[in-house]
Amino acid sequence: MGKVITITSGKGGVGKTTATASLGVALALQGKKVVAIDTDIGLRNLDVIMGLENRIVYNLVDMVEGSCSLQQALVRDKRVSGLYLLPAAQTRSKEDLSPEDLVRVCDGMREEFDFMLIDSPAGIEKGFHNALAPADEVLIITTPEVASVRDADRVIGLVEVAGKGPIQLIINRLNPVRVRRGDMLGTEDVLEVLAIGLIGIVPEDEQVLVYANRGISVALDGRTPAGLAYWNIARRLLGEDVPFMVLEEAPSLLERLTRFMRPTR
Amino acid sequence: MKILDRLLGRRRPSSREIAKERLQLVLAYDRAEISPSLLETLKDELISAISRHIDIDKAGVEVSLTQSGRRSRLIADIPLLSSQASSGSRRGRP
Repeated sequence: MGKVITITSGKGGVGKTTATASLGVALALQGKKVVAIDTDIGLRNLDVIMGLENRIVYNLVDMVEGSCSLQQALVRDKRVSGLYLLPAAQTRSKEDLSPEDLVRVCDGMREEFDFMLIDSPAGIEKGFHNALAPADEVLIITTPEVASVRDADRVIGLVEVAGKGPIQLIINRLNPVRVRRGDMLGTEDVLEVLAIGLIGIVPEDEQVLVYANRGISVALDGRTPAGLAYWNIARRLLGEDVPFMVLEEAPSLLERLTRFMRPTR
Repeated sequence: MKILDRLLGRRRPSSREIAKERLQLVLAYDRAEISPSLLETLKDELISAISRHIDIDKAGVEVSLTQSGRRSRLIADIPLLSSQASSGSRRGRP
């Protein structure tokens, strides 16, 4: 029986879509059958992040309305076997779907897929409730900024009220150097304020944009810091006990010396 | 400058610390769904209710919200005016 994981944040632009695509890739590369579902009807973007925008024929709304079958709506990823996209409709609105539709769609895929990753739209309106309805687990993503953490807190409250969970947190775009310098909220600060469990810390990484430009997931490259972080989150989702990357400790003398000699990165 | 500040023990809080403080305050209000003006109303009504029974230092009353875990807590700090020591330096914390 597959598991439905909804990725949401409240605030826009904090990395929901990138996280959904990256976790999809990392889970599929570990042998799981995964479908990434874009529920941002009218503002779809998961297709371009996954590099599948030219292969869409039907979409989620078509499927719900019975204009196509599930198999017709799914787009298979050519690079990663076992990974599929269920795209959003671009010319429709969130009102064209109901939470019950999403529950029905996901229940229809549980036999075939190990993971159904739902990319939620920003906000806390209809689209968010559609994305939340079928969730077995919820991943909240936030950046270490006041506005983003505040919105994450609001969303956590709404998820709790809806009786959904477990809820776990991804902290995205953490810059350990700035945290040490006192210019950025750190992991501990965010966890103390939000008081929920942590599933991963994704360091700020210039490569994320480079990969997004090309329509390739950063998780395809486990050597990039962000790619590695998503791999670790995927392994934790699979039940492995993976220690968190040590990012925020004070730099050792050796680290400081090597940084001095090699000032790149 | 920074070193001098540190030597004299007047360290300016980092933007990280300020961010955390502001976040905790804004979340206290968000979570409790209490606006700062409601807090003022509560304070006024607390003062009038309590001062009907005991003498309090009305100017020193502080009503605020804090966090423990994901819960908000309403803290009222109401200094009492005792008849013996009317200098008003003793504070009763509920």
